[in-house]
Amino acid sequence: MTVLNRVAALLVPLTLAATLATLAVTVHAAPALKAGVFEPPRQAPEFALRGSDGNELGLARYRGKLVLMSFGFTHCAAVCPTTLATLAQARQALGPQAGAVQVVFVTVDPERDDPAQLKAYLAAFDSSFVGGAGKPEVLAAMRKNYGVVANKVPMPSGGYAVDHTSSIFLIDRDGKLRAMMPYGHDARDFVHDIKLLLAQ
Amino acid sequence: MTKRWARRGGLFLLVSVLVLVLALAAAGWGALAPLTAESRDALFEIPAGTWARRMAGDKVEILPDTIRLTLGLNDVLLLRNLDDVPQVFGPALIMPGQSFRLPFEQASTYSFACTAHASGQMNVVVDPHPAAGWPALRFRWHRLQGLARTWAGRVSEKTS
Repeated sequence: MTVLNRVAALLVPLTLAATLATLAVTVHAAPALKAGVFEPPRQAPEFALRGSDGNELGLARYRGKLVLMSFGFTHCAAVCPTTLATLAQARQALGPQAGAVQVVFVTVDPERDDPAQLKAYLAAFDSSFVGGAGKPEVLAAMRKNYGVVANKVPMPSGGYAVDHTSSIFLIDRDGKLRAMMPYGHDARDFVHDIKLLLAQ
Repeated sequence: MTKRWARRGGLFLLVSVLVLVLALAAAGWGALAPLTAESRDALFEIPAGTWARRMAGDKVEILPDTIRLTLGLNDVLLLRNLDDVPQVFGPALIMPGQSFRLPFEQASTYSFACTAHASGQMNVVVDPHPAAGWPALRFRWHRLQGLARTWAGRVSEKTS
């Protein structure tokens, strides 16, 4: 009995240590996102915009869904169309899981983008995408909360473009700002990260 | 006399050959041995009190305009805000106590809008993983130079 007790006294802490070590390795080896990750994640700042679907647009509306949010404008020549096409491709690749994902496109050009303009523009990519418009000061405050930059740049041919942050924000189903995918990643990277975030 | 000189010459030749062999062996190892790194993180931190220093008119530069990373060795940009106010740090707005970990998987030049820089832009240049041979040797040499610079900096800090 004494021997058994001694063996048990040795084995219990050893087993516990081995289990903890395994857990630590498992946690460490958890698949990483392709996007840049915020640690610890914070609650994504709420906002109230005019949605391209005619409703008020805020994050609370999509609680329970994974939100992919980008900032841009409908007159954008390259970055925004590429981003939106990539996100549409990712949603297609997700199959039935696409229903758990909402793409939100917030304008940085309130002078030219109203809800109707955004709706027509986004429909060319994916009819489920929702655009956000609003007063310049409301949009500016929202950009500040997300650390987004947008600067008007006059074009030589007349008119203007807007230099803006091109990363895409990944907001989880609890409304936490989890990650930010820099511009240039393909649809496979988005699918990879979306699946990981939906599985959590 | 001649015999002694001949012996000295022989010894010199022997040492020279030995040094040459050692140098060649080191170069061979440097060129062919797999490259490893203790951590793939390139860490940049905003120290506590940075905002207060900036408000006091101090020009505080933490992130360089261009950051150079190497794929497979040092390809994760890790930004940490230890200050007590939110900070735009590189591509992200980072809360106090929060970090932002951005991995890179492709060699390229990445540009991010960043209000913390006078140019309004920050570039991250990701170099490909050095191939065996001359690129690996050159990489090791640059790493050695970096270590030497760090060591020299520490020594001069201690002595001053």
